[in-house]
Amino acid sequence: MVQAVERAPDVSPSIGGTRRAPVASDPAARRRRRRKSLVAYLYIAPAMAMFLLFALGPFLHAFWLSFFDWDGITVGTWTGLGNYQKVLTDPLTRQAFGHSVVLILFFSSIPVVIGLMIAAVFTTVKVRGSTVFRVAIFLPQVVSSVVVGVIWNWIYADNGPLNEFLRAVGLGALAKPWLGDFTWALPALGMIGAWMLIGLCMVLFVAGVQQIPSALYDAVRVDGGGRLREMTTVTLPGLRYEFGVVLTLTIVGALRTFDLVFVMTRGGPGTETVVPGLMLYNRAFVDGRVGQSCAIAVILAVLVFGVTFAIDRLVSREG
Amino acid sequence: MTSRAERVFAYCFLTFFAIIALFPIVGVVLLALNPRDAQISGFGLPEQVHPHTFVEAWQVAHLSAYLRSSAIVSACVVIGSTILSILAGYAFGTMTFRGQSWLFYLLLSGMILPFEAVVVPLYYDLRQFGLTNTYASMVLPQIAINVCFGTFWMRAYFRSVPRSMLEAAEVDGASSLRTLLRVALPPGKPAVLTLTVLLFMWSWNEFLLPLVMVTDESKRTAPLGLAFFAGQHTTDRVGQAAAAVIVAAPVIIMFIVFQRSFIRGMASGAVKE
Repeated sequence: MVQAVERAPDVSPSIGGTRRAPVASDPAARRRRRRKSLVAYLYIAPAMAMFLLFALGPFLHAFWLSFFDWDGITVGTWTGLGNYQKVLTDPLTRQAFGHSVVLILFFSSIPVVIGLMIAAVFTTVKVRGSTVFRVAIFLPQVVSSVVVGVIWNWIYADNGPLNEFLRAVGLGALAKPWLGDFTWALPALGMIGAWMLIGLCMVLFVAGVQQIPSALYDAVRVDGGGRLREMTTVTLPGLRYEFGVVLTLTIVGALRTFDLVFVMTRGGPGTETVVPGLMLYNRAFVDGRVGQSCAIAVILAVLVFGVTFAIDRLVSREG
Repeated sequence: MTSRAERVFAYCFLTFFAIIALFPIVGVVLLALNPRDAQISGFGLPEQVHPHTFVEAWQVAHLSAYLRSSAIVSACVVIGSTILSILAGYAFGTMTFRGQSWLFYLLLSGMILPFEAVVVPLYYDLRQFGLTNTYASMVLPQIAINVCFGTFWMRAYFRSVPRSMLEAAEVDGASSLRTLLRVALPPGKPAVLTLTVLLFMWSWNEFLLPLVMVTDESKRTAPLGLAFFAGQHTTDRVGQAAAAVIVAAPVIIMFIVFQRSFIRGMASGAVKE
């Protein structure tokens, strides 16, 4: 992603380096270079064509459609910024983006803190069987979101394991059908996202810690610093870049939430778990308001791009 | 130095989070081992192991049709994306050409483009060409998104190939395609393997695209079919659990077999969500 580009600024490797620097006035060299360029374009063409036809093209089309009032069947009419005005003043959209903020809090805070703690444990103690722990903690990340939905629908159910557990330990008063509860449905979804993302955060932090020179840790120890000093003076500053990646992934993941909501609550109870992804789906394929759907899509994409670039700037500025 | 107390704490801590991660997954497997008409409330071992539930769920949920559809889509997506990514990554990683840098950034932009923002116009674009409700409508857009990550990934590999090897092949008069197939690609098997397992996971788990594109029941992929089945049989928790286990199994098995590639790939590339 963007961070990766930052690390590898040399995008144009030169074959042969300065030794064979082509002289611009040599026509033979120029011809050779042009032929080489042509070959390179041929290699890139299939991937680029697919990307333009089936990803970037449709996205630009979304931008175009967002200026029309269109039901998907008849001829659309130009409305300028009308769709954006409707969408931005619609209380449901505001609610949906508000829910995104709540999900961001869950998706990024809990996995980041726990992932960091697990990475700290892995690096301070030589754990036997570390692979088993890593595979286990990472597993939720590879399971299809629909399967995750089925699993947690059961766990949160009225007579599911969570409520049974609460009743067993004498907290039966707290038991409730979590996903049907107006207050608790959204946090319940947030906890599922956190559960899925812990493994990814752990893996990224472990990889990051391994790149910190061990001499820095030795220096702290020579100074008589303890584990806490190690954490605050070496580990955390050394992981600045990984923090950037992890926050980008978790925040973007929260903004893009769709599958879980669609499978588990469909936005309910009431509109308590409506998110932008669900709204843009419903506006297009349920209400037949394609223009408004595309306006939400554009706003969502702008937010995702904005978050990605902002965090990238933040972590690379001091570096 | 680590003290004994620290070691004990470390194991307890890791075990706790491993249990949190595994509990829901193991719980659903245990649930699926019950007979379908059992009234199960909490988490627990089944009184009697009843593997027949998987057979019933397989039939009731039409899983053979959905799994077949998923297999077709995933195979096409993985093969297509891998080949296109190798070709483009080879050019970006070993050649010099005009517009190299901005073409690369253009392709990278696809890695942050949220697919949710693409899928609605994509549906109407494909409908215009009569492509909705086909395998192509599920395969082509996934390849389009995957080549962004794939090219980025393969370019990083090809940049690590020693220049001298490529130059030697060039001096011997090998064409660029021959150099790719005989010299540059063979040492890159681990990189390609990592890419293919990640692509397989993403395409097997894809939900939004089949949901939007496919109306024909026989073309539903496994996650989509599972979502419909769960929606229609809300009280059949045991049957749902069995179907979910079957749908998740291919990716989980692949993850356990290739966990090293998987985790390395997610850690160093980990950029697609």
